[in-house]
Amino acid sequence: MVNAAPILMDTPSSAPAKSSAYKPTVRLSPASLPSAHAPGAAAAPMGETLVDISHLDFFYNTSQALHDINLKIEAKNVTAFIGPSGCGKSTLLRCLNRMNDLIDGTRVARGTIKIHGVDIYQPDVDVIELRKRVGMVFQKSNPFPKSIYENITFGLRLQGMNDPAKLDEIVEKSLRGAALWDEVKDRLGASGMGLSGGQQQRLCIARAIAVEPEVILMDEPCSALDPVATAKVEELIQELRSRFTIIIVTHNMQQAARCSDKTAFFYLGKLIEFADTRDIFTKPANAQTEAYVSGRFG
Amino acid sequence: MSAPTAHLFQSQPNAARRSERATFWLFRSATYLVLACGLAVFGTIFFKGAGTVFKAEAPFINTTFFTDAPESLYLFEFEGKKYEMGDREFRAFKEKHPAAATVKSESYVYSAGGIFPCIVGTVLLVVGSMTIALVLGVCAAIYLNEYARDGLFIRFVRLAILNLAGVPSIVFGLFGFGMFVIYFGWNVSLLAGWFTLAFMVLPVVITASEESLKAVPKGFREGSLALGATKWQTIRLNVVPYALPGILTSSILGIARVAGETAPIMFTAAYVVGDKLPWDVAKAGDFFFQGVMALPYHIYVVSSKIPQNEYTERVQYGTAFVFLLVVAFIAASSIILRNKLRSRYKW
Repeated sequence: MVNAAPILMDTPSSAPAKSSAYKPTVRLSPASLPSAHAPGAAAAPMGETLVDISHLDFFYNTSQALHDINLKIEAKNVTAFIGPSGCGKSTLLRCLNRMNDLIDGTRVARGTIKIHGVDIYQPDVDVIELRKRVGMVFQKSNPFPKSIYENITFGLRLQGMNDPAKLDEIVEKSLRGAALWDEVKDRLGASGMGLSGGQQQRLCIARAIAVEPEVILMDEPCSALDPVATAKVEELIQELRSRFTIIIVTHNMQQAARCSDKTAFFYLGKLIEFADTRDIFTKPANAQTEAYVSGRFG
Repeated sequence: MSAPTAHLFQSQPNAARRSERATFWLFRSATYLVLACGLAVFGTIFFKGAGTVFKAEAPFINTTFFTDAPESLYLFEFEGKKYEMGDREFRAFKEKHPAAATVKSESYVYSAGGIFPCIVGTVLLVVGSMTIALVLGVCAAIYLNEYARDGLFIRFVRLAILNLAGVPSIVFGLFGFGMFVIYFGWNVSLLAGWFTLAFMVLPVVITASEESLKAVPKGFREGSLALGATKWQTIRLNVVPYALPGILTSSILGIARVAGETAPIMFTAAYVVGDKLPWDVAKAGDFFFQGVMALPYHIYVVSSKIPQNEYTERVQYGTAFVFLLVVAFIAASSIILRNKLRSRYKW
């Protein structure tokens, strides 16, 4: 692996040696990471490993949800996680921006998740900085009960951006990016809750891309949408793939086949197979994968 | 052999039918009885109080009852005519008619004049105690619902809140007397009344605020956190604003209780009679350390400490009527505020 972002490296020698136990090699902080809005900031080029999960064991209290997961996710690609309910695919996705921290009794018992080579579970990681760079779109669309405009600007205002012209510009850019601009440009002041289900989900995607994350996690984004709205979101994913690294959890195997480059198949908390999507669906190496993708279980 | 039935589904009197009808009427009459009780209470207060509050000629409202302080009512006969007048009026009359100076009169305290100081006192007590209760209660509810992890200590806190809700109001009165009036040395004062009443409604406010916070969908919190908001930013911008209408709804119940309770204020904040209005103070700090007259306590005084007759009845029912109006007015304002907030955040 070639390290794409040398400015990320903060060698142990330059870190204050508080004690021998002080060992973080790389810090995930605003200073050491490329600013989301600075053009030309170091971002992993396409095909580069961006998220590196190794030997990950994850627990909900005493029950183990993930067993020894090893997975390298490439930048500027769409990676799909498939598998039957309860197989751990959503759990893994929520590990990537540490949303699991919100649930009491969850813990990573072993292994690491590295993004840009930084272990996101090391103690000095600021989850706020992590989540700014790893955005998320949820299964149930959750626009805030505020105006469409305020929905998009929420994340930007948190980062202290208050320039109206700049905000207007990003709102338009994000809504265009989420293929929603033409439908809502005349009612930016209307509540985001007044949109249709598919529009709400695209608003959530626009809200996520407004803060220019590097990775967008999508947790079954189409499971509550009708086929027409689903097709629009899938189309959108195709447009976003050149700018973002997208990881999508889906129950819908056709969806994984249609819109992902790589597919990971999970079963009972284990990663069964991870390969190019085409291979998973046409010539799976594993018998369980074949049984699942051909519809014999799950 | 029984008479032939008219058709296949002919209804037949039997035990099940009879008990069906009996049960129906039992429930129905119970409901009507409740309605009758309500009407009786409001009707009595309205009809007996309306005479004091309204009058036949324009402007149809007895404004002095709302704007004057209570006075004694004097009844006397002078030159063959019967008079009834308030304290000040009687003195003016005596100056005008020196012969009346020695007239024999009957007097009833508080039965003339108005109840303005009581209205002011009640409004002050409600506003102050609800402010304290809402600030403390909402903060505690946010901590319990958003920050605290369930454990032995938190369960103990919840138990304490539940128990607090079951404490009789007279016990709160005693507590406030011992704690604020005596130990803190605040004497009988607005401040002591505010805290006593606030402690009394705290369980209501905390429980209801927690319910309202729980009703805010988890998706709003997750969506906000996923955009890089801190926990406090999330709570401040994406949880509390949506829970506020619910919190206000519950506080309306609190308002009715705070305005209505007599026991907690009788030792801590209420004066039988105050000759000055609350804002007539030498320095601003004294404002908090003076007692006030209050509607519920005034009702207690005029209905238990003075003789009962047609002359004193006016002020008793008039005060009760105004009291209902004041509570209704405060509650209505909260409802309007709540609806305004609700229409701003709809989901």
